Amino acid sequence: MNERKLPPVTQLGMLSLGLVLVAGIYLSAHLPQHVSLGPAVALLAASALVFVGNLLALSRVQGFPWRRLFEVGRWALLAYMVIAGLIEYVFLRNHTSGGPLVVLTLSLIVFAVNVPVLIGFTVARYD
Amino acid sequence: MAHVAVSPPGSVVGEGPPPALERPDFQIVPRAGLPIVAVVLVLLIVGVASNELWPLTFLHVVGGAAWTIIDLFLGFVLGPIMGKLSIPARVEFTTRLMPKMVLIMPTVVTVTLVAGWQLSTHLGTNLTVNPLHGWVVASFIVVGVMAVIALGLLEPANIAVLTELKKPQPNPAVIERLMKRFIYTAGATGLMQVATLVIMTKLASG
Repeated sequence: MNERKLPPVTQLGMLSLGLVLVAGIYLSAHLPQHVSLGPAVALLAASALVFVGNLLALSRVQGFPWRRLFEVGRWALLAYMVIAGLIEYVFLRNHTSGGPLVVLTLSLIVFAVNVPVLIGFTVARYD
Repeated sequence: MAHVAVSPPGSVVGEGPPPALERPDFQIVPRAGLPIVAVVLVLLIVGVASNELWPLTFLHVVGGAAWTIIDLFLGFVLGPIMGKLSIPARVEFTTRLMPKMVLIMPTVVTVTLVAGWQLSTHLGTNLTVNPLHGWVVASFIVVGVMAVIALGLLEPANIAVLTELKKPQPNPAVIERLMKRFIYTAGATGLMQVATLVIMTKLASG
């Protein structure tokens, strides 16, 4: 099998996904009561940093088929935006607002962009 | 249905033309299923908006049962069978099963989670003062672990194997590697579904 030397995109993507899911679980475990946002913000920031770092590491790979990644990733992004939108809707339905809503929304955005990158990368790496 | 040829793994240049495998034509995302997904998601929105016990219980139980059963069946029954099939049989089975999974799994997971959260809010089990709150949080953790495995490994492998099979000259080694990943991760999530069953039956029985 023809293998390119690639950064650990899947592992870092799963780490980023894991961090943002822990943030979501932390918030969900406390809502609708008052919740301290510190841990959730820290987890979200760490997840976003890992995600950006992952993309930067991948951008340094010579000749990586980005066109393929975007081709697959944009449809996955559409699907996961719908999923994230439905999750957002159920929290809005239950009057989540203010800081928790902002952190939840940003967490859902990180979630919704992470999965398409993982799918697009797995497809593109064998292109 | 149109068929195209795929070279099996292990074919070496110079040993003569590799025997062609039949590969049915397929859509990675079966477009015929999209209206069904749309209807299910509309039902979900209506169910959440109504905040009535029966529709929420229906959506959560049906979605959750489908999710659990599919994971267990795929992980412990179909997975090992697929691993033992001949390459042509596996290719044919994959092209018929996996496009359906691309639509079914995200839909049942979304329905289960969204209806589940609303049901939990309706019943008050997501309140920290509720005696069952710990079990609800345990279910979040199990779902979180399953989500990382499914979204990070299983779903990308599913899409990648179908994309590979769509190529004019698919690489059997890539298909083999991705199928292994799919089967092992399906087994892992299947195992975690046992924990979901324990938690959900505890929540249902109070």
